[in-house]
Amino acid sequence: MNPMPFDVQLLNALSALLLLLAFAMLSQRRIVTLVSLLAVQGVLLLAATLLLAWRTGETHLYFSAALTLGLKVIFLPWVLYRLIRRLGVYWDSEPLINIPGTMLIGLLIVVFAFGLAQPISELASTATRSAIGIAVAVILLSFLMMITRRKAMSQVVGFLSMENGLFFGAMSATYGMPMIVELGVALDVLVAMLVLGVFFFQIREQFDSLDLHHLESLKEKR
Amino acid sequence: MEFLLLLGTPLVGAAALAVWGARPRAPELNVVFSLATFLAACALTVRVIGEGELIVAREQFFIDAFNVFLVALTAFVGFTTSLFSRPYMRVEMEHGRVTPRRLRLYHSMYQLFMATMLIALTTNNLGLLWVAMEAATLSTVLLVTLYRTPASLEAGWKYFILCGVGIAQALFGTILLYFAAESVLGVEGVNALLWTHLDSVKGDLEPTVLSLAFVFLLVGYGTKVGLAPLHNWLPDAHAEGPTPISAVLSGLLLNVAVYAVVRCKVLAEGALRSDLPSQMLMGFGLLSVMLAALFLWRQRDIKRLFAYSSIEHMGIITFAFGMGGPVANFAALLHMTVHSLTKSAIFFAVGHAAQKAGSQLMENIRGLVTLSPTVGWGLMLGSIAILGIPPFGVFASEFLILTTAMKEQPWATPILLFALGIAFAAIFGRVQPMVFGEPTAKRLPHPPALIPVFTHLAIVLVLGVFIPPYLADWYRTAAQLIGGP
Repeated sequence: MNPMPFDVQLLNALSALLLLLAFAMLSQRRIVTLVSLLAVQGVLLLAATLLLAWRTGETHLYFSAALTLGLKVIFLPWVLYRLIRRLGVYWDSEPLINIPGTMLIGLLIVVFAFGLAQPISELASTATRSAIGIAVAVILLSFLMMITRRKAMSQVVGFLSMENGLFFGAMSATYGMPMIVELGVALDVLVAMLVLGVFFFQIREQFDSLDLHHLESLKEKR
Repeated sequence: MEFLLLLGTPLVGAAALAVWGARPRAPELNVVFSLATFLAACALTVRVIGEGELIVAREQFFIDAFNVFLVALTAFVGFTTSLFSRPYMRVEMEHGRVTPRRLRLYHSMYQLFMATMLIALTTNNLGLLWVAMEAATLSTVLLVTLYRTPASLEAGWKYFILCGVGIAQALFGTILLYFAAESVLGVEGVNALLWTHLDSVKGDLEPTVLSLAFVFLLVGYGTKVGLAPLHNWLPDAHAEGPTPISAVLSGLLLNVAVYAVVRCKVLAEGALRSDLPSQMLMGFGLLSVMLAALFLWRQRDIKRLFAYSSIEHMGIITFAFGMGGPVANFAALLHMTVHSLTKSAIFFAVGHAAQKAGSQLMENIRGLVTLSPTVGWGLMLGSIAILGIPPFGVFASEFLILTTAMKEQPWATPILLFALGIAFAAIFGRVQPMVFGEPTAKRLPHPPALIPVFTHLAIVLVLGVFIPPYLADWYRTAAQLIGGP
């Protein structure tokens, strides 16, 4: 069996780090740290995209690397840090399921994700096909984080991390989506952040808190 | 040219209304832009009928028999809703529920929302379809929270997060689809997300990947359709936002989401050569119909009542597309049309009724017919129409769906009939005292806009009695296009 080329090994190491990061996010209750982890996730994505662009020589991957740098490494974390400072939310309250329990569920999810990705990885011809399972795992772990957290801010970080997972999945399965789609998705994420910023201030103005348990009156019991 | 006008007008309108702000005549400007969009849609429709399928802008956009009728319908309801929103929002201003700044946001986002829906309907690129669907959510989130009440903030947050998560699933589905297509359509990949190209090679797409992709796409876009069990955002978003927004969410956005699901289903079915996609659509459809019928009983808020009725009808439409074949597809397309017209007409009437009563709770709305006969009769006739009483068009489409179901899926017929019966009892029992009971309502400072209500209902009535031949041809061509087992 041939040894894997060095750059592919590096890519696999990066994707392993991404998975580790997803678990770190799952266990983190300090919201500032959560945002930092999100920024690190962006940096890892950037590194993986650049490496892949260099390896395949596809120019559009350089563009998406630039997009990742601008949006995911710089702009989104900056907006989130600002929001945290201005709103004064630093800690999430106790999650719905305690952290060790969440980690255990997370492990099961990873096994499930690799099972789900198996048929796709077999068909893929890209150098990064083994990373598809990790991308699916990151998506599902972020989903788990959104479900178990109570503060709106952590849910948003989960949402953005899910988007990162999707981006990574697209990259490892097909070397990225067509440019026009990637631009559109980036635009949507950007607008979503702006809408959220406005929205957070509306919520706080109304409830003096960003805890989502205030938002539970519309139940089906009336 | 017509096409450029169709997408350009609402986009320019959004910018213009943002600049115009809350100066007097802003609602009229909104009407003018909506009318211009509608005229462009008419011109485009005439051209497509005359010349057949149209592919423009380097194949990124295309119009065929299936989407052209939805474009026309969307532009039409968008226009009539802008007519309704003119007096409605004036009254809300005078009641102090919206400030001038919020009114500016409202008008600008209304046009932007129309633009995103039209892009979603006409794009040939499944990636752009995703982008436009997400943009449609984003442009309406701040409209749902327009009143800034605790309940509306909650509804807006739910809408944002649930639809955001749902649509993320659809993005993953789109990635998988692109992955499957790339190996067939070449590594260049520029054309690999164009629906027309995918449709021509759908038999060669890898079945395992496509079945996985379809599951994600159905769950993703199904969240926006309001299919159970992912429907939680829908009643809240409909009930807490301003009524014109409820009308366009229910009458138009749900249709656009169904359109996205059906486009994906055509591809998945071609690749899988099995009836898995059909069965999934039928399953989700029936579940939604049942769940909505049961929840209808428990509603006290009039807008929530009709929101659940929308879930029910979306379930029926999804079920019909699941059955497939020329007749069921025809019926589903007809049902999309009449549901959209009737439901928006009902929301117009409900909006005025709730303003008169000063409450959305049904127990506070009484005796509409004595105080304002037109609003009362509008609500009554609308409810009769949506419940599928002949001679309204909803009867024709539901009858077709039921008879086809009896032939092809006999097991589903009793479930459908049972749910329709429950819905009938629930809605009729509630609407009757609101219209004919002892009056409690008060007069409004601006006369209500009732022309849209009765125009919609008249069209639905005509469609129930007689479908013009060219329209029937149109439905038939579209039904052929969608195909099915």
